[in-house]
Amino acid sequence: MTNLSHEEILRYSRHLLIPEVGMDGQQKLKDSSVLIIGTGGLGSPVALYLAAAGIGRIGLVDFDVVDESNLQRQIIHSLDRVGELKIESARARMLGLNPGIQVDVYNEPFTSGNAMRIATGYDLIIDGTDNFPTRYLSNDVAVFLGIPNIYGSIFRFDGQASVFYAKEGPCYRCLFPEPPPPGLVPSCAEGGVLGILPGTIGTIQATEAIKVLLGIGSPLIGKLLLYNALDMSFDFVKLKKNPACTVCGTNPTVTELIDYEEFCGVPGHDTGGSIESDWDITPEELVEEIKLSSPRLIDVREPHELAISVMPGVENLPLGQIASRMSEFDSAQEMVLICKSGQRSMRALELFLGAGFRKVKNLQGGMNAWAKDVDPSLPIY
Amino acid sequence: MAILKIPTPLRPYTGGMSDINVDGENVGHALDSLLAQYPDIGKHLYNDDAQLRAFVNLFLGEDNIKDLQGLETPLSETDSLRIIPSIAGGAKG
Repeated sequence: MTNLSHEEILRYSRHLLIPEVGMDGQQKLKDSSVLIIGTGGLGSPVALYLAAAGIGRIGLVDFDVVDESNLQRQIIHSLDRVGELKIESARARMLGLNPGIQVDVYNEPFTSGNAMRIATGYDLIIDGTDNFPTRYLSNDVAVFLGIPNIYGSIFRFDGQASVFYAKEGPCYRCLFPEPPPPGLVPSCAEGGVLGILPGTIGTIQATEAIKVLLGIGSPLIGKLLLYNALDMSFDFVKLKKNPACTVCGTNPTVTELIDYEEFCGVPGHDTGGSIESDWDITPEELVEEIKLSSPRLIDVREPHELAISVMPGVENLPLGQIASRMSEFDSAQEMVLICKSGQRSMRALELFLGAGFRKVKNLQGGMNAWAKDVDPSLPIY
Repeated sequence: MAILKIPTPLRPYTGGMSDINVDGENVGHALDSLLAQYPDIGKHLYNDDAQLRAFVNLFLGEDNIKDLQGLETPLSETDSLRIIPSIAGGAKG
């Protein structure tokens, strides 16, 4: 039985013409509910397409606000929404597109404390997050609720997508039992991402969601899509369920939600500031230090980033080359390590400290803090 | 020589190269050959106990080497091996 109105029949007519969807399929979509974790690069196209497709209830979880640097890829938001909550910006756009759906918003970080409450009742989860703790949390919630978790992840020109559904195949932990140690994998905030890439991967996630909800086609269960925008290559690899998986294996050891930030060793939710340490030097302190002792200024960013903003007198030593070029440095000399926002230079600092250097400091907040506090002629990026 | 495909996040440690020619009759030897050419990538693949890190996935064609014979999986001259990285997205790490 369907209860589509004449308006809905007109709106969804291109779906109704497809035999795999038809009236029954469109009714299924109307009766479905999808929870989207994150309304950023991946969440934007997912939310727009699922709203347009007529998913009856869509939940959005995010606590971030729209920033100008989001607009290069987060197409659900617009310039006049900068500073507003992303969930409200997204909801307004989705209801503008399709007032016949229900959009439930959760203005909170997705955590072990609230995840089951938020996710219970949804038919599937779409993982549009940007950090490891929330990815493991989304996966585990989906496993415990017995629903699919539609995964997408992006970096620069590379994207991955899969459907992790423990009832029928592997979960995220079967492929990645453990997260990488903090700092070992660069993030888009420091490595960058092609703005269209989350569009491609998010659209694939939305496609998989529709297929799973309708029960049509072959979803990416047990398969991982590897996309590269530069080569325009779509490769697939096989994923198998890991019988020893700690959450969906035969003898699971993780049977309830855990502390995911502790598990990953990193905060799941960007607090905005950089991590402080005893080795930090603030931009103002560095101005004095340069006058007093002329420390060696080492910029650990990639060479092309120095074209965006650079401090006079720096030497460029990309983070990836430090281990092999350590011998070029004298531990008796004062050094200050610099990057975009202080994270990569912190990792560089750890490498130098590990090699016995002690007269080394990390510019807190990086070039962006330097531009803000010392040299406003430089851009923030 | 087999080809080892390096994912973007690890390319800073291979001088930006994406396809590395590697010697060796099995996956373990191919990784040795990679490390001999690009030592900086070592800590990204192996932990302090010289074990392959749990989040490093190596695929020979479509198959995870964990589902084959692990590091002992034989390689032929025409094989293509790839590292599949764990990537999270945008957050400041």
